[in-house]
Amino acid sequence: MVRGIAGRRKRYVEVEATFLENGSVVPRAVVWGDGRRFPVRAVFGVRACASLKTGGEGVRYDVLVGRARTFLFHERPRWFVEEIVLEGGDV
Amino acid sequence: MSTAWGRSVPETFGGRVIGSPEGADVRRAILHSDMNAFYASVEQAERPELRDVPLVVGGREETRHGIVLAKSARAKEAGVKTGEALWEARAKCPGLVTVPPRYDVYRRYSELAQGIYCQYTDLVEPFGLDECWLDLTGSLSLSGGDALRVATEISERVKAELGCTVSVGVSWNKVFAKFGSDLRKPDAVTAVTPENYRRLVWDAPVGDLLYVGPATRAKLHSSGIDRIGELACASPELLRRRLGKVGLVLRAFARGEDATPVAPFGTVRGCRERPIKSVGNGLTCPHDIDRPEDAKALVYLLAESVAQRLREARLRASTVAIGVRDARDLASYGRQTTLPRATSATGLIARTAWELLAASEPLDGSHPLRGLHVRASNLEPGDAPQQLDLGFDARRRMLEELDETIDDLRRRFGNACVRRGTELLDESLLDVDVKRDNTVHPEGWFG
Repeated sequence: MVRGIAGRRKRYVEVEATFLENGSVVPRAVVWGDGRRFPVRAVFGVRACASLKTGGEGVRYDVLVGRARTFLFHERPRWFVEEIVLEGGDV
Repeated sequence: MSTAWGRSVPETFGGRVIGSPEGADVRRAILHSDMNAFYASVEQAERPELRDVPLVVGGREETRHGIVLAKSARAKEAGVKTGEALWEARAKCPGLVTVPPRYDVYRRYSELAQGIYCQYTDLVEPFGLDECWLDLTGSLSLSGGDALRVATEISERVKAELGCTVSVGVSWNKVFAKFGSDLRKPDAVTAVTPENYRRLVWDAPVGDLLYVGPATRAKLHSSGIDRIGELACASPELLRRRLGKVGLVLRAFARGEDATPVAPFGTVRGCRERPIKSVGNGLTCPHDIDRPEDAKALVYLLAESVAQRLREARLRASTVAIGVRDARDLASYGRQTTLPRATSATGLIARTAWELLAASEPLDGSHPLRGLHVRASNLEPGDAPQQLDLGFDARRRMLEELDETIDDLRRRFGNACVRRGTELLDESLLDVDVKRDNTVHPEGWFG
Protein backbone atom coordinates (compact mmCIF):
# COMPACT_ATOMS: atom_id res chain seq x y z
CA MET A 1 0.00 0.00 0.00
CA VAL A 2 1.30 3.43 -0.89
CA ARG A 3 1.17 5.87 1.98
CA GLY A 4 1.32 9.64 1.74
CA ILE A 5 3.62 11.99 3.58
CA ALA A 6 2.02 13.25 6.78
CA GLY A 7 4.69 15.86 7.45
CA ARG A 8 8.31 16.45 8.24
CA ARG A 9 10.23 16.60 11.45
CA LYS A 10 13.62 17.93 12.39
CA ARG A 11 16.09 15.08 12.79
CA TYR A 12 19.64 15.78 13.93
CA VAL A 13 22.12 13.50 12.20
CA GLU A 14 25.77 12.60 12.20
CA VAL A 15 27.59 13.97 9.16
CA GLU A 16 31.00 13.21 7.74
CA ALA A 17 32.40 16.33 6.13
CA THR A 18 35.53 17.74 4.55
CA PHE A 19 36.81 21.15 5.65
CA LEU A 20 38.43 22.75 2.61
CA GLU A 21 41.43 25.03 2.61
CA ASN A 22 39.22 28.07 1.83
CA GLY A 23 37.09 27.43 4.92
CA SER A 24 34.07 25.93 3.23
CA VAL A 25 32.58 22.66 4.45
CA VAL A 26 31.52 19.87 2.11
CA PRO A 27 29.33 17.11 3.56
CA ARG A 28 30.43 13.67 2.38
CA ALA A 29 27.99 11.29 4.09
CA VAL A 30 25.00 11.24 6.42
CA VAL A 31 25.09 8.58 9.13
CA TRP A 32 21.66 7.57 10.36
CA GLY A 33 20.90 6.72 13.99
CA ASP A 34 20.95 2.94 13.32
CA GLY A 35 24.43 3.13 11.81
CA ARG A 36 23.50 3.16 8.11
CA ARG A 37 25.75 5.42 6.09
CA PHE A 38 24.39 7.37 3.12
CA PRO A 39 27.06 8.95 0.91
CA VAL A 40 26.35 12.44 -0.41
CA ARG A 41 26.70 11.98 -4.18
CA ALA A 42 26.43 15.61 -5.19
CA VAL A 43 25.99 19.09 -3.73
CA PHE A 44 23.90 21.29 -6.02
CA GLY A 45 23.79 24.45 -3.94
CA VAL A 46 24.69 26.05 -0.63
CA ARG A 47 22.96 29.03 0.98
CA ALA A 48 21.91 30.42 4.35
CA CYS A 49 18.28 29.50 4.72
CA ALA A 50 15.45 28.91 7.15
CA SER A 51 13.81 25.49 7.18
CA LEU A 52 10.18 26.28 6.49
CA LYS A 53 9.14 22.66 6.93
CA THR A 54 10.65 21.86 10.31
CA GLY A 55 11.71 25.22 11.75
CA GLY A 56 15.15 26.56 12.52
CA GLU A 57 17.78 28.04 10.26
CA GLY A 58 21.31 27.35 9.09
CA VAL A 59 23.44 26.78 6.03
CA ARG A 60 21.35 24.69 3.69
CA TYR A 61 23.03 22.14 1.41
CA ASP A 62 20.97 21.00 -1.56
CA VAL A 63 22.29 17.44 -1.88
CA LEU A 64 21.80 14.16 -3.68
CA VAL A 65 21.78 11.22 -1.27
CA GLY A 66 21.25 7.87 -3.00
CA ARG A 67 18.59 8.74 -5.56
CA ALA A 68 16.88 11.36 -3.42
CA ARG A 69 17.47 15.06 -3.69
CA THR A 70 17.12 16.58 -0.25
CA PHE A 71 18.23 19.37 2.03
CA LEU A 72 20.89 19.03 4.70
CA PHE A 73 21.10 21.90 7.21
CA HIS A 74 24.19 22.93 9.13
CA GLU A 75 22.76 24.62 12.21
CA ARG A 76 26.18 25.36 13.70
CA PRO A 77 27.39 23.18 15.28
CA ARG A 78 24.78 20.47 14.61
CA TRP A 79 23.41 19.12 11.33
CA PHE A 80 19.80 18.21 10.66
CA VAL A 81 17.58 16.86 7.90
CA GLU A 82 13.86 17.30 7.31
CA GLU A 83 12.82 13.73 8.05
CA ILE A 84 9.74 12.42 6.27
CA VAL A 85 6.90 11.28 8.52
CA LEU A 86 4.57 8.89 6.70
CA GLU A 87 0.85 8.71 7.29
CA GLY A 88 0.21 6.35 10.15
CA GLY A 89 3.25 7.51 12.05
CA ASP A 90 6.12 5.56 10.47
CA VAL A 91 9.22 7.23 9.18
CA MET B 1 9.82 77.27 4.98
CA SER B 2 12.26 80.04 5.81
CA THR B 3 15.73 79.18 7.00
CA ALA B 4 15.66 81.63 9.90
CA TRP B 5 14.66 78.85 12.31
CA GLY B 6 17.94 77.05 11.68
CA ARG B 7 19.91 79.45 13.86
CA SER B 8 17.67 79.08 16.89
CA VAL B 9 18.08 75.31 17.16
CA PRO B 10 21.07 74.04 19.12
CA GLU B 11 23.45 72.05 16.99
CA THR B 12 23.76 69.31 19.55
CA PHE B 13 21.58 68.18 22.38
CA GLY B 14 22.13 65.13 24.55
CA GLY B 15 24.90 64.02 22.20
CA ARG B 16 22.67 64.29 19.14
CA VAL B 17 23.47 66.45 16.15
CA ILE B 18 20.46 68.35 14.98
CA GLY B 19 19.59 71.18 12.68
CA SER B 20 22.93 71.67 10.99
CA PRO B 21 23.16 75.25 9.67
CA GLU B 22 23.38 74.10 6.07
CA GLY B 23 20.18 72.17 6.55
CA ALA B 24 19.78 68.42 6.47
CA ASP B 25 21.77 66.33 4.01
CA VAL B 26 19.00 64.69 2.03
CA ARG B 27 21.48 62.59 0.06
CA ARG B 28 22.05 60.23 2.97
CA ALA B 29 20.58 56.73 2.61
CA ILE B 30 19.49 55.54 6.05
CA LEU B 31 17.57 52.31 6.56
CA HIS B 32 15.70 51.25 9.67
CA SER B 33 14.98 47.56 9.81
CA ASP B 34 12.48 46.32 12.37
CA MET B 35 11.82 42.59 12.82
CA ASN B 36 8.06 42.17 13.13
CA ALA B 37 6.69 40.72 16.39
CA PHE B 38 10.24 39.55 17.00
CA TYR B 39 9.95 37.01 19.83
CA ALA B 40 6.76 35.51 18.40
CA SER B 41 8.19 35.38 14.87
CA VAL B 42 11.32 33.59 16.06
CA GLU B 43 9.23 31.04 17.94
CA GLN B 44 7.16 30.48 14.80
CA ALA B 45 10.29 30.17 12.66
CA GLU B 46 11.71 27.60 15.06
CA ARG B 47 8.49 25.66 15.56
CA PRO B 48 6.30 25.36 12.45
CA GLU B 49 3.40 23.95 14.48
CA LEU B 50 2.98 27.40 16.06
CA ARG B 51 2.64 29.22 12.73
CA ASP B 52 -1.10 28.96 12.31
CA VAL B 53 -2.17 29.52 15.89
CA PRO B 54 -2.64 32.76 17.85
CA LEU B 55 0.59 32.89 19.81
CA VAL B 56 2.03 35.03 22.57
CA VAL B 57 5.42 34.88 24.23
CA GLY B 58 4.82 35.54 27.91
CA GLY B 59 6.73 35.52 31.16
CA ARG B 60 6.24 32.74 33.70
CA GLU B 61 2.98 33.19 35.55
CA GLU B 62 4.08 31.21 38.58
CA THR B 63 6.84 33.74 39.19
CA ARG B 64 4.38 36.57 38.47
CA HIS B 65 6.09 37.70 35.31
CA GLY B 66 2.95 36.67 33.43
CA ILE B 67 2.60 39.44 30.88
CA VAL B 68 2.52 39.43 27.09
CA LEU B 69 6.04 40.11 25.79
CA ALA B 70 5.22 39.63 22.10
CA LYS B 71 2.24 38.52 20.06
CA SER B 72 1.78 36.95 16.66
CA ALA B 73 -0.31 38.57 13.92
CA ARG B 74 -3.29 36.33 14.70
CA ALA B 75 -3.17 37.18 18.41
CA LYS B 76 -2.96 40.85 17.46
CA GLU B 77 -6.08 40.50 15.32
CA ALA B 78 -7.92 39.21 18.39
CA GLY B 79 -7.00 42.39 20.25
CA VAL B 80 -4.14 41.06 22.39
CA LYS B 81 -1.78 43.85 23.43
CA THR B 82 1.86 43.74 24.48
CA GLY B 83 2.25 44.31 28.21
CA GLU B 84 -1.15 43.07 29.33
CA ALA B 85 -1.56 40.14 31.73
CA LEU B 86 -1.77 36.68 30.19
CA TRP B 87 -5.18 36.02 31.72
CA GLU B 88 -6.50 39.17 30.02
CA ALA B 89 -5.05 38.00 26.71
CA ARG B 90 -6.66 34.56 27.10
CA ALA B 91 -10.02 36.15 27.81
CA LYS B 92 -9.78 38.11 24.55
CA CYS B 93 -8.50 35.25 22.46
CA PRO B 94 -9.72 31.73 23.25
CA GLY B 95 -7.28 29.07 22.08
CA LEU B 96 -4.32 31.37 22.64
CA VAL B 97 -1.02 29.50 22.83
CA THR B 98 1.50 30.81 25.32
CA VAL B 99 5.20 29.98 25.21
CA PRO B 100 7.92 31.10 27.61
CA PRO B 101 10.64 33.41 26.27
CA ARG B 102 13.99 31.96 25.15
CA TYR B 103 16.32 34.92 25.10
CA ASP B 104 19.36 32.96 23.93
CA VAL B 105 17.50 31.96 20.77
CA TYR B 106 16.30 35.54 20.16
CA ARG B 107 19.84 36.82 20.65
CA ARG B 108 21.10 34.31 18.06
CA TYR B 109 18.50 35.40 15.51
CA SER B 110 19.30 39.04 16.25
CA GLU B 111 23.00 38.40 15.59
CA LEU B 112 22.20 36.51 12.39
CA ALA B 113 20.10 39.43 11.13
CA GLN B 114 22.86 41.88 12.04
CA GLY B 115 25.27 39.62 10.14
CA ILE B 116 23.14 40.12 7.03
CA TYR B 117 23.03 43.91 7.53
CA CYS B 118 26.82 44.00 7.96
CA GLN B 119 27.23 42.58 4.47
CA TYR B 120 25.91 45.88 3.11
CA THR B 121 27.62 48.44 5.36
CA ASP B 122 29.77 48.69 8.47
CA LEU B 123 27.50 51.43 9.84
CA VAL B 124 24.95 49.22 11.59
CA GLU B 125 23.53 50.53 14.86
CA PRO B 126 21.30 48.15 16.82
CA PHE B 127 18.40 49.63 18.78
CA GLY B 128 17.35 46.74 20.97
CA LEU B 129 17.42 43.14 19.78
CA ASP B 130 15.07 43.52 16.85
CA GLU B 131 15.79 46.95 15.37
CA CYS B 132 18.79 48.35 13.51
CA TRP B 133 19.72 51.47 11.64
CA LEU B 134 21.95 51.11 8.58
CA ASP B 135 23.76 53.93 6.82
CA LEU B 136 24.25 52.97 3.18
CA THR B 137 25.37 56.41 1.97
CA GLY B 138 28.98 55.40 1.40
CA SER B 139 28.46 51.80 0.35
CA LEU B 140 25.40 52.20 -1.86
CA SER B 141 27.39 52.36 -5.10
CA LEU B 142 28.81 48.91 -4.31
CA SER B 143 25.35 47.40 -4.16
CA GLY B 144 23.72 48.98 -7.17
CA GLY B 145 23.08 52.57 -6.09
CA ASP B 146 19.40 52.13 -5.26
CA ALA B 147 18.57 52.22 -1.54
CA LEU B 148 15.04 50.90 -2.07
CA ARG B 149 16.34 47.91 -4.00
CA VAL B 150 18.85 47.14 -1.23
CA ALA B 151 16.07 47.45 1.37
CA THR B 152 13.94 44.99 -0.59
CA GLU B 153 16.89 42.61 -0.95
CA ILE B 154 17.61 42.75 2.81
CA SER B 155 13.95 42.11 3.58
CA GLU B 156 13.86 39.10 1.25
CA ARG B 157 17.12 37.70 2.58
CA VAL B 158 15.99 37.91 6.22
CA LYS B 159 12.77 36.17 5.26
CA ALA B 160 14.52 33.39 3.36
CA GLU B 161 17.49 32.88 5.67
CA LEU B 162 15.85 33.31 9.07
CA GLY B 163 12.18 32.72 8.35
CA CYS B 164 11.18 36.05 9.97
CA THR B 165 9.77 39.13 8.31
CA VAL B 166 11.11 42.67 8.66
CA SER B 167 9.65 46.04 7.83
CA VAL B 168 12.17 48.50 6.48
CA GLY B 169 12.01 52.28 6.37
CA VAL B 170 14.26 54.17 3.95
CA SER B 171 14.94 57.88 4.37
CA TRP B 172 17.67 60.47 4.70
CA ASN B 173 17.58 60.56 8.51
CA LYS B 174 17.18 58.07 11.32
CA VAL B 175 13.91 59.44 12.66
CA PHE B 176 12.05 59.26 9.33
CA ALA B 177 13.59 55.87 8.56
CA LYS B 178 12.13 54.57 11.83
CA PHE B 179 8.84 56.24 11.04
CA GLY B 180 8.83 54.47 7.67
CA SER B 181 9.44 51.05 9.21
CA ASP B 182 6.58 51.64 11.67
CA LEU B 183 4.21 52.92 9.00
CA ARG B 184 3.55 49.64 7.20
CA LYS B 185 3.86 46.25 8.88
CA PRO B 186 4.60 43.44 8.50
CA ASP B 187 7.00 42.64 5.68
CA ALA B 188 7.04 45.99 3.90
CA VAL B 189 9.52 48.52 2.56
CA THR B 190 8.54 52.17 2.90
CA ALA B 191 10.48 55.10 1.51
CA VAL B 192 10.16 58.51 3.15
CA THR B 193 11.61 60.93 0.61
CA PRO B 194 11.95 64.73 0.46
CA GLU B 195 9.08 64.59 -2.05
CA ASN B 196 6.59 62.57 -0.01
CA TYR B 197 7.44 63.22 3.65
CA ARG B 198 4.94 66.03 4.03
CA ARG B 199 2.15 63.70 2.96
CA LEU B 200 3.39 60.55 4.75
CA VAL B 201 4.80 61.94 7.95
CA TRP B 202 3.15 65.29 8.52
CA ASP B 203 -0.40 63.96 8.35
CA ALA B 204 0.32 61.36 11.04
CA PRO B 205 -0.61 61.93 14.71
CA VAL B 206 2.21 63.53 16.65
CA GLY B 207 2.38 60.48 18.94
CA ASP B 208 3.80 58.44 16.02
CA LEU B 209 7.02 60.44 16.11
CA LEU B 210 9.99 58.93 17.96
CA TYR B 211 10.15 60.25 21.54
CA VAL B 212 6.67 61.72 21.65
CA GLY B 213 5.06 59.73 24.46
CA PRO B 214 1.73 60.22 26.24
CA ALA B 215 2.99 63.08 28.46
CA THR B 216 4.52 65.06 25.58
CA ARG B 217 1.48 64.35 23.42
CA ALA B 218 -0.81 65.77 26.10
CA LYS B 219 1.31 68.92 26.39
CA LEU B 220 1.40 69.37 22.63
CA HIS B 221 -2.35 68.77 22.42
CA SER B 222 -2.96 71.55 24.91
CA SER B 223 -1.04 73.85 22.54
CA GLY B 224 -3.21 72.74 19.62
CA ILE B 225 -0.54 70.48 18.10
CA ASP B 226 -1.93 67.08 17.15
CA ARG B 227 -0.17 66.25 13.90
CA ILE B 228 3.53 65.94 13.13
CA GLY B 229 3.18 68.66 10.48
CA GLU B 230 1.83 71.06 13.08
CA LEU B 231 4.81 70.28 15.30
CA ALA B 232 7.16 70.91 12.35
CA CYS B 233 5.60 74.29 11.65
CA ALA B 234 5.12 75.38 15.28
CA SER B 235 7.05 78.35 16.58
CA PRO B 236 10.32 77.38 18.26
CA GLU B 237 9.59 79.80 21.08
CA LEU B 238 6.28 78.13 21.86
CA LEU B 239 7.89 74.68 21.91
CA ARG B 240 10.77 75.85 24.07
CA ARG B 241 8.30 77.33 26.54
CA ARG B 242 6.11 74.23 26.64
CA LEU B 243 8.72 71.46 26.50
CA GLY B 244 12.11 73.07 27.04
CA LYS B 245 15.05 72.12 24.83
CA VAL B 246 13.44 68.81 23.93
CA GLY B 247 10.73 70.77 22.15
CA LEU B 248 13.30 72.09 19.69
CA VAL B 249 14.76 68.64 19.19
CA LEU B 250 11.33 67.18 18.44
CA ARG B 251 10.63 70.03 16.03
CA ALA B 252 13.86 69.25 14.20
CA PHE B 253 12.86 65.55 14.14
CA ALA B 254 9.50 66.48 12.62
CA ARG B 255 11.22 68.56 9.93
CA GLY B 256 13.63 65.78 8.99
CA GLU B 257 16.63 67.74 10.23
CA ASP B 258 18.06 65.01 12.43
CA ALA B 259 21.67 64.63 11.26
CA THR B 260 22.75 62.05 13.84
CA PRO B 261 25.18 59.58 12.28
CA VAL B 262 24.62 55.83 12.43
CA ALA B 263 27.26 54.37 14.75
CA PRO B 264 29.70 51.79 13.34
CA PHE B 265 28.79 48.24 14.31
CA GLY B 266 30.03 47.20 17.73
CA THR B 267 30.45 50.71 19.11
CA VAL B 268 26.89 51.50 20.13
CA ARG B 269 26.62 53.99 22.91
CA GLY B 270 26.34 52.34 26.29
CA CYS B 271 28.15 49.20 25.13
CA ARG B 272 31.72 50.32 24.78
CA GLU B 273 32.16 54.03 24.32
CA ARG B 274 30.33 55.38 27.32
CA PRO B 275 31.62 54.90 30.83
CA ILE B 276 29.44 52.96 33.27
CA LYS B 277 27.60 55.36 35.56
CA SER B 278 25.81 52.94 37.81
CA VAL B 279 25.35 49.23 38.37
CA GLY B 280 21.98 47.95 39.49
CA ASN B 281 19.83 44.85 39.68
CA GLY B 282 16.14 44.49 40.38
CA LEU B 283 13.70 41.63 40.69
CA THR B 284 9.98 41.11 40.84
CA CYS B 285 9.67 38.53 43.56
CA PRO B 286 7.68 35.31 42.91
CA HIS B 287 5.49 36.21 45.90
CA ASP B 288 4.72 39.42 47.79
CA ILE B 289 7.35 40.30 50.34
CA ASP B 290 5.94 41.10 53.75
CA ARG B 291 8.39 39.40 56.10
CA PRO B 292 11.72 40.98 57.03
CA GLU B 293 13.65 37.76 56.35
CA ASP B 294 12.27 37.48 52.78
CA ALA B 295 13.10 41.12 52.11
CA LYS B 296 16.57 40.63 53.51
CA ALA B 297 17.10 37.55 51.35
CA LEU B 298 16.18 39.49 48.23
CA VAL B 299 18.28 42.54 49.16
CA TYR B 300 21.32 40.34 49.72
CA LEU B 301 20.71 38.42 46.50
CA LEU B 302 20.57 41.65 44.49
CA ALA B 303 23.46 43.31 46.32
CA GLU B 304 25.54 40.22 45.70
CA SER B 305 25.12 40.57 41.93
CA VAL B 306 25.67 44.34 42.01
CA ALA B 307 28.88 44.04 44.02
CA GLN B 308 30.19 41.20 41.88
CA ARG B 309 29.54 43.20 38.70
CA LEU B 310 31.28 46.21 40.27
CA ARG B 311 34.35 44.13 41.01
CA GLU B 312 34.34 42.64 37.51
CA ALA B 313 34.31 46.16 36.05
CA ARG B 314 37.07 47.18 38.51
CA LEU B 315 34.88 49.85 40.09
CA ARG B 316 33.93 51.01 43.56
CA ALA B 317 30.72 52.85 44.48
CA SER B 318 30.08 55.53 47.06
CA THR B 319 26.31 55.70 46.74
CA VAL B 320 23.93 52.84 47.43
CA ALA B 321 20.29 53.19 46.40
CA ILE B 322 17.23 51.00 46.64
CA GLY B 323 14.03 51.05 44.62
CA VAL B 324 10.84 49.68 46.15
CA ARG B 325 7.62 48.67 44.37
CA ASP B 326 4.46 48.40 46.41
CA ALA B 327 2.38 45.24 45.84
CA ARG B 328 -0.99 46.94 46.14
CA ASP B 329 -0.81 49.94 43.83
CA LEU B 330 2.49 49.05 42.06
CA ALA B 331 3.80 52.52 42.89
CA SER B 332 7.56 52.85 43.20
CA TYR B 333 9.92 55.05 45.13
CA GLY B 334 13.64 55.19 45.79
CA ARG B 335 15.99 55.90 48.69
CA GLN B 336 19.73 56.37 48.63
CA THR B 337 22.63 57.06 50.89
CA THR B 338 26.28 57.91 50.46
CA LEU B 339 28.97 55.86 52.12
CA PRO B 340 31.94 57.51 53.84
CA ARG B 341 34.23 55.62 51.51
CA ALA B 342 33.75 53.95 48.12
CA THR B 343 33.49 50.17 48.24
CA SER B 344 32.80 47.07 46.19
CA ALA B 345 32.43 44.75 49.19
CA THR B 346 29.23 42.71 49.00
CA GLY B 347 28.66 42.77 52.75
CA LEU B 348 28.88 46.54 52.98
CA ILE B 349 26.63 47.25 49.99
CA ALA B 350 24.09 44.66 51.11
CA ARG B 351 24.02 45.93 54.68
CA THR B 352 23.60 49.53 53.53
CA ALA B 353 20.78 48.60 51.16
CA TRP B 354 19.09 46.58 53.89
CA GLU B 355 19.35 49.46 56.37
CA LEU B 356 17.80 51.80 53.78
CA LEU B 357 14.90 49.39 53.26
CA ALA B 358 14.39 48.72 56.96
CA ALA B 359 14.30 52.47 57.63
CA SER B 360 11.61 53.14 55.02
CA GLU B 361 9.41 50.03 55.20
CA PRO B 362 7.77 48.56 58.32
CA LEU B 363 7.76 45.00 56.78
CA ASP B 364 5.13 43.92 59.29
CA GLY B 365 2.66 42.63 56.73
CA SER B 366 0.83 45.93 56.32
CA HIS B 367 2.76 47.01 53.19
CA PRO B 368 3.63 43.97 51.08
CA LEU B 369 6.24 44.64 48.38
CA ARG B 370 6.18 43.44 44.78
CA GLY B 371 9.74 44.10 43.76
CA LEU B 372 13.06 45.52 44.88
CA HIS B 373 15.99 47.14 43.16
CA VAL B 374 19.53 47.71 44.44
CA ARG B 375 21.79 50.16 42.65
CA ALA B 376 25.34 51.38 43.23
CA SER B 377 26.39 54.70 41.72
CA ASN B 378 28.91 57.50 42.20
CA LEU B 379 31.53 55.17 40.81
CA GLU B 380 35.29 55.46 40.84
CA PRO B 381 38.01 53.17 39.46
CA GLY B 382 38.81 50.23 41.73
CA ASP B 383 42.47 51.21 41.83
CA ALA B 384 41.88 54.90 42.69
CA PRO B 385 43.84 55.97 45.79
CA GLN B 386 41.78 55.94 48.96
CA GLN B 387 42.14 57.94 52.13
CA LEU B 388 43.01 55.47 54.88
CA ASP B 389 41.52 55.63 58.36
CA LEU B 390 43.83 56.47 61.19
CA GLY B 391 42.63 53.44 63.09
CA PHE B 392 43.56 50.61 60.68
CA ASP B 393 40.59 48.37 59.98
CA ALA B 394 41.92 44.87 59.34
CA ARG B 395 38.41 43.48 58.96
CA ARG B 396 37.78 45.57 55.87
CA ARG B 397 40.76 44.10 54.05
CA MET B 398 39.66 40.64 55.13
CA LEU B 399 36.15 41.19 53.70
CA GLU B 400 37.61 42.30 50.38
CA GLU B 401 39.83 39.25 50.20
CA LEU B 402 36.87 37.03 51.06
CA ASP B 403 34.88 38.59 48.21
CA GLU B 404 37.74 38.03 45.79
CA THR B 405 37.94 34.39 46.81
CA ILE B 406 34.20 33.93 46.41
CA ASP B 407 34.30 35.64 42.98
CA ASP B 408 37.00 33.24 41.94
CA LEU B 409 34.98 30.23 43.09
CA ARG B 410 31.91 31.51 41.24
CA ARG B 411 33.89 32.04 38.06
CA ARG B 412 34.98 28.44 38.20
CA PHE B 413 31.90 26.68 39.55
CA GLY B 414 28.95 28.99 38.77
CA ASN B 415 27.18 31.73 40.67
CA ALA B 416 25.20 29.37 42.88
CA CYS B 417 28.20 27.50 44.32
CA VAL B 418 28.54 29.87 47.28
CA ARG B 419 25.44 31.48 48.79
CA ARG B 420 24.71 33.50 51.88
CA GLY B 421 22.65 31.93 54.64
CA THR B 422 20.22 34.87 54.41
CA GLU B 423 19.41 34.03 50.80
CA LEU B 424 18.42 30.48 51.72
CA LEU B 425 15.60 31.68 53.96
CA ASP B 426 13.29 32.33 51.01
CA GLU B 427 12.90 29.09 49.08
CA SER B 428 11.34 30.78 46.05
CA LEU B 429 14.64 32.56 45.41
CA LEU B 430 16.77 29.42 45.34
CA ASP B 431 16.62 29.07 41.56
CA VAL B 432 17.22 32.75 40.88
CA ASP B 433 20.60 33.73 39.48
CA VAL B 434 20.39 37.51 39.25
CA LYS B 435 23.84 38.01 37.82
CA ARG B 436 23.54 35.37 35.10
CA ASP B 437 20.11 36.66 34.04
CA ASN B 438 21.20 40.30 34.04
CA THR B 439 20.54 42.05 30.73
CA VAL B 440 21.73 45.56 29.98
CA HIS B 441 19.04 47.06 27.79
CA PRO B 442 19.82 49.62 25.11
CA GLU B 443 19.62 53.09 26.48
CA GLY B 444 17.50 55.87 25.12
CA TRP B 445 18.73 58.41 22.63
CA PHE B 446 19.06 61.08 25.24
CA GLY B 447 21.26 58.74 27.36
